Amino acid sequence: MPFWKEACLNLRFAVPKSLPGDRSCFAQSKRFLSHSAQSSRFVASSRVSQKHSLAVKTQRSWQRRSFSVTAGVQHGHITPPKPGEEINISFIDKDGEKYDFKVAEGDNLLDIAQANDLEMEGACGGSCACSTCHVVVEDPDMFDKMEEPSDDENDMLDLAFGLTETSRLGCQVVMTKDLDGLVVRLPSMTRNLQASDFS
Amino acid sequence: MLGTDPEWEAMEMKMRDRTVERGMSESVRTTMRCDAVFRSIDPRFDQINTLDCRRGNGADKITWAPPAFVSDLSRFHRRYSQAVQTDRPYRVAIVGSGPAGFYAAYRLLAKAENAVVDMYEKLPVPFGLVRYGVAPDHPEVKNCEEKFTEVAASPRFNFIGNVELGDKLPLHTLKPHYDAILFSYGAPKDKELGIPGEKAIRNVYSAREFVGWYNGLPEHRDLAPDLTTGENAVIIGQGNVALDVARILLSDVDALRKTDIADHALEELAKSKIKRVRVVGRRGPMQAAFTIKEIRELLQLPSVSFDPIPRDLLPPDDAMAALPRAQKRLMQLLAKGSTNDPATATKSWSLDFLLSPECLNWSPVHPYRLSHVRFSRNQLDPSDPYLPTAKVTPKYLSSGKPAQVDIPANTFFRSVGYKSLPIPGLEDIGVPFDTGRGVIPNDGFGRVTAPSNTGDNKRLPDGSLISHLPGLYCAGWVKRGPTGVIATTMTDAFTTADAIVSDLAGQQGKGSLLNSPGHSTGLGWEGVRPEAEKLGVHATTWGDWERIDAAEKEVGRQNGKIRSKFGRVEEMLDVLRS
Repeated sequence: MPFWKEACLNLRFAVPKSLPGDRSCFAQSKRFLSHSAQSSRFVASSRVSQKHSLAVKTQRSWQRRSFSVTAGVQHGHITPPKPGEEINISFIDKDGEKYDFKVAEGDNLLDIAQANDLEMEGACGGSCACSTCHVVVEDPDMFDKMEEPSDDENDMLDLAFGLTETSRLGCQVVMTKDLDGLVVRLPSMTRNLQASDFS
Repeated sequence: MLGTDPEWEAMEMKMRDRTVERGMSESVRTTMRCDAVFRSIDPRFDQINTLDCRRGNGADKITWAPPAFVSDLSRFHRRYSQAVQTDRPYRVAIVGSGPAGFYAAYRLLAKAENAVVDMYEKLPVPFGLVRYGVAPDHPEVKNCEEKFTEVAASPRFNFIGNVELGDKLPLHTLKPHYDAILFSYGAPKDKELGIPGEKAIRNVYSAREFVGWYNGLPEHRDLAPDLTTGENAVIIGQGNVALDVARILLSDVDALRKTDIADHALEELAKSKIKRVRVVGRRGPMQAAFTIKEIRELLQLPSVSFDPIPRDLLPPDDAMAALPRAQKRLMQLLAKGSTNDPATATKSWSLDFLLSPECLNWSPVHPYRLSHVRFSRNQLDPSDPYLPTAKVTPKYLSSGKPAQVDIPANTFFRSVGYKSLPIPGLEDIGVPFDTGRGVIPNDGFGRVTAPSNTGDNKRLPDGSLISHLPGLYCAGWVKRGPTGVIATTMTDAFTTADAIVSDLAGQQGKGSLLNSPGHSTGLGWEGVRPEAEKLGVHATTWGDWERIDAAEKEVGRQNGKIRSKFGRVEEMLDVLRS
């Protein structure tokens, strides 16, 4: 095959290098690699439209992290809320920043967090076999409104860092109308060092 | 946009001259620029590109297939649109591909935009203890492999399999080509009991080897444990590994058939005559290392009964109620025990406390075949026997003799902890090893520290001096000892990765952490490979693992399992040759 002919044929796929949306063609598994502010912002906004999550406050999402975008794609399957049936939920990240979302009934907190690119791991893929999606419910009354955690969930919570009286696993908390206005805090995933670490 | 990098500018000028000369359009020139740049960043570039083209247009076509083109363009933007850039990628070698290595790589790639990770692994297959340690009946715990696979899809990540650092490829060959080395090779050995008979008698096994054997680890493919010599098994140690072994021995073998348990293990377990498993610890329930999930699973096994724990070993009711939540729930579960009726159960198990093994004995009828284990009894420090850190002392009879007891045993497992070892040649690159604790000495954040003040001295908040060895890090079990679940290791690996990122930021692009200025090639694996090949070391890639993975799943599908692991390295390599 003549080299130049082939090259010219391929030109129709060529994209001007300054085209702002070129990252839309990224394979999803590679999207976490985007790390310029511009590209991440683009990913964040496309996510919102793809996932129909009504993120009220996503402006800063690109600054927080870029890697977990794919996790959201893999595990963060959330359904769009029907108009008039949105449930409000807020996450407070480990830096104290608050993020509000409107979500549908039936989605769990791990999926919501990952779909919105919050720093929450789900090492076991949301199967209640690890403690990496640990969240702390801010309001004890709201905690009491939830269904009792199962033995399996409590077994995992027992191993969580920074366990509190109102701790839950994000993958086990399913949103209902009763939980409208729920506020959860994400504990820090990096441990504070103790004196014993140096002995 | 391009003005930040003189080297790039020169390359671009050269490229433009050449392409304008040949009448190429701007778009084609952009592609060539991207290719040239990306080739310099990622040695896999040509391979990736060829693959894309093979998938798209056929192998004989040129390499400008659209997906590759578009993503190259994006990579190009990413690489050269940053305000702060070092003149080349920051090359990190990670030794070991278990959860510590992968979670560190994940964090590092996400936080350090110009980091390129080469992950070295002894076997052609990745994931360490997630693949070879996590029990086959815990498939949900292995879901973290999905995340690791995402990490490996990064063009800034290279998997270098089938390369054993140390004996086969000396560690010092890596040093000139990297800016940092992270050790996350885990704990490849286990602690011994050091009691008479441990080595001499048959049917005595290390739980670590047994776990490796039923999980298909090539190193223990030929362990061939004989589970047919009698009903009684004794496991020394009360951690989760001991409980995994107990569960595998007590489970109905049909419940394991669909898991990824090794085929050779299924065969032996189907023949097993073991009906009673005793899990023995030298201290009490409050001091045991097992976690509640593993206990609950054992208590819920169908047709398996559990010997109730003597009530006086557990804290009294009022003390139990006052315990912290996790301990309270565990003690309550132990007090409750199992609801399975011993009369109808086919197998049984027990937790035996306050016993230290003294020696292993055989019967005169069958020399060298284990018949019973002699234990000496212990007592907990009477001042506070329910303290998790309470110590034990030997118990003596009123006659003054030590209290002892014989427990019948046909099969014996020791499970008293894993042990990390220094990789041969670690000292050649200046990395110390604490053989007492079985860890690489570090500052808690994962920076390797020197015993004397030979490295970078830093003063701690308490005034003491700590000496870092720049560019050397550790994570996982080789950093903090062989304890904790995957979540613990993840947290720990993130801490180390954050330390690397912060050290890198502190460098302000001045060059390598590991080597003095001008002494680092920055080539990474591309620099190591020629030396490796001279030594007869041939690496496998992530693509090779994907082929092995697909082959294992295919064989598994035929056998009605989720996966049939290849038990030997040769079998893995055969897949690649075919």
